[in-house]
Amino acid sequence: MAAKLLGFCEELRGEGVAVGTSELLDAFAALEHVDWTSRDDFREALATTIAKSQDDRRVFELLFDRYFFRTAEAEAVQRGVTEHAEGGPPAGEGERFDMDELSEAIREAIAAGDEDAMRDLARLAISAFGRGEGSGVVGVDVQRIRRTLGLTAGSQPPAPDGSERPPIDRDQLTGFERHLRRELERDLIERTETLPPSRPLAELDRALPTSPTQDLAAVHRAVSQMKRRLATLGHEQRGRKKGQTVDVRRTMRASLETGGVPLRLRYRPKRPRRPEIYVLCDVSTSVTSASVFFLSVLHALHDSFRKLRSFVFIERISEVTDVFEHERDFAVIAQKISSEGGVADVSGYTDYGRVWLEFLTEISEDLDPRSTVIVLGDARTNGREPHAEVFGQIAEKAGRLFWLNPEPKLYWNYGDSVMAAYERYCDGAFECWTTSHLQNFVDVVAGAAPAAE
Amino acid sequence: MAQGSVAEVKQALADVGYLADEPAALVSYLAQQLGKPVLVEGPAGVGKTELAKALSRATARELVRLQCYEGLDEAKAMYEWNYRKQLLRIQVGGEAGWSDVQEDIFSEEFLLERPLMQAIASPEPVVLLIDEIDKTDQEFEAMLLELLSDFQITIPELGRIEAKTMPIVVLTSNDSRELTEALKRRCLYLWLDYPELEREMEIVRLHTPDISETLARKLVEVIRMVRGLDLKKPPSIAESIDWARSLLLMGAEDIDRETFTQSMSIIVKHRTDIDLVADRVGVKLADPLRTEG
Repeated sequence: MAAKLLGFCEELRGEGVAVGTSELLDAFAALEHVDWTSRDDFREALATTIAKSQDDRRVFELLFDRYFFRTAEAEAVQRGVTEHAEGGPPAGEGERFDMDELSEAIREAIAAGDEDAMRDLARLAISAFGRGEGSGVVGVDVQRIRRTLGLTAGSQPPAPDGSERPPIDRDQLTGFERHLRRELERDLIERTETLPPSRPLAELDRALPTSPTQDLAAVHRAVSQMKRRLATLGHEQRGRKKGQTVDVRRTMRASLETGGVPLRLRYRPKRPRRPEIYVLCDVSTSVTSASVFFLSVLHALHDSFRKLRSFVFIERISEVTDVFEHERDFAVIAQKISSEGGVADVSGYTDYGRVWLEFLTEISEDLDPRSTVIVLGDARTNGREPHAEVFGQIAEKAGRLFWLNPEPKLYWNYGDSVMAAYERYCDGAFECWTTSHLQNFVDVVAGAAPAAE
Repeated sequence: MAQGSVAEVKQALADVGYLADEPAALVSYLAQQLGKPVLVEGPAGVGKTELAKALSRATARELVRLQCYEGLDEAKAMYEWNYRKQLLRIQVGGEAGWSDVQEDIFSEEFLLERPLMQAIASPEPVVLLIDEIDKTDQEFEAMLLELLSDFQITIPELGRIEAKTMPIVVLTSNDSRELTEALKRRCLYLWLDYPELEREMEIVRLHTPDISETLARKLVEVIRMVRGLDLKKPPSIAESIDWARSLLLMGAEDIDRETFTQSMSIIVKHRTDIDLVADRVGVKLADPLRTEG
């Protein structure tokens, strides 16, 4: 067991969770006090000693399931056996089930939120489609099964017998898909008798949520935490004497009390930097995944900065500041932007060069050395003229210019990415595909951290 | 009083009016067994501070509380030399030699105990609550490290003061800044979040026993709806309890639109939030006239 646990910690370290020797010792000490056979206690005891933040905890949960997979599987098989013995599935025996009945049973389970039933039904659905007949790609099979069963989120068409059916919640449906996915993976393991190569989590699961349908809740959690941090940002500088500058005028004034002798020094108060910010956000298809996240970040930023003007662009640029100011609900904002933005002309491909030109003609008078321009985009021009020199003019007029790129640095300048051309003019270019990248960037903008990468 | 199992801890906490969920009970149990500090994080108003208070009641220990704020330093948190008294001593004992006086004025008699020192020096075991640690600066965190890992404080003039008894230490944080790795390493970590519907209902009913089950359910459902909105300050558990009490006082039997608008200010405390809540939640509630008619 000790070896297993060490292996587990080794994997956690591989994912960037700082598990020190002291954490390990704590974990062992904690395990002495809890019941090992209770899965929940075991998991909690490990989590409390090893995962020391919400982010760590998320990685922990993902890895825990993967690492201690086999135990879960054994349990599932056991459960499956007993339940079949107790009368079997409602749809009768045999390899082929009645699709409609199965679909109904799943609807019921989803509506009731019954996790156990969902798991069993997921197994049933998979065998109904024939084990091993799938494409072999888990994600594809999940969607195929879901479609064939006629399960979609939102309001439902009436049942075959004409009765009304309650709408299915998107979250609940995702829950069922998760069960399907897990069962399919399990199935794959049984067939090939090997564990899938444990790919690093970093690329997929820990990255920013990448599709609109994916965990929007996670985005909101990340953003709401950032909101709180932004609200207190700069405050820790208050009340500190170190590194303050003397305010000569106020010191002299105060010295009048003591007959002209400057007994008490007056300091200049430190104020957190609250710059004027111009944000330009690419919302084209090549960055769809990231722009949802970026938009929600924009949303959060609006509360925290005094003056913030937001623009979205694809082929052309369009200001959306008003939308953000009048709406508080993020979903509404996203919808409004896509419907009224008027940013895509024909092709829907980004045209950076044109965007710079338009931005410069529209906004150039307002730019001054106090303003900060932030560009969110992948710098993929689709082969069009990048107009880097125009970008340079923007950089000259604005005080600071940052670029956030949702692609890992590795992919910059490959293909049609012209990041290098633009990077020259930026005060900082950051890769930004996890929440911590973003956090780091916000610190830089607010002046709490040096801009150096 | 040491409690022998997770279930016992949970029961003991419930007996003093704190309904802990599984992780919270387990961590409280481990904290006592391992003698490690607990770092509790979570949004405001989920009962982080209350957990420490409940622990002190459940274990019949005294609660020593250190409220953190910007600019808190060791003179206010740990100890301070009572220099007035030291001055007096120097003036009174004029005949004695300097070395005598010097030795004398740096003794425990001239030490002013602050919460951390108090917790360490107490002859009875205590519960030490370090509240909102994220409000202090990193230097202060560093100062805590010695205390948290070895339960001792080093005073240059006096030497090391070790804990006579093992305190239960609870640190709370609203997660408004990242705490240092060093501090986290020494603590057990517990994330508290808003409770599930059923559990919050139990909590509300525990604190306002007179409330009917249907009203309590309705109340918690409304609260959850309000929390689901993007508010400046979502309602805390304490506020749901306050609301339940005032609904009782108002003699309300159901939460309709009118009672909601009247009593909304108990759970929502920001002008913009009030508008938003009235807009989104108020309209969903039944119109009083219609339900009566």
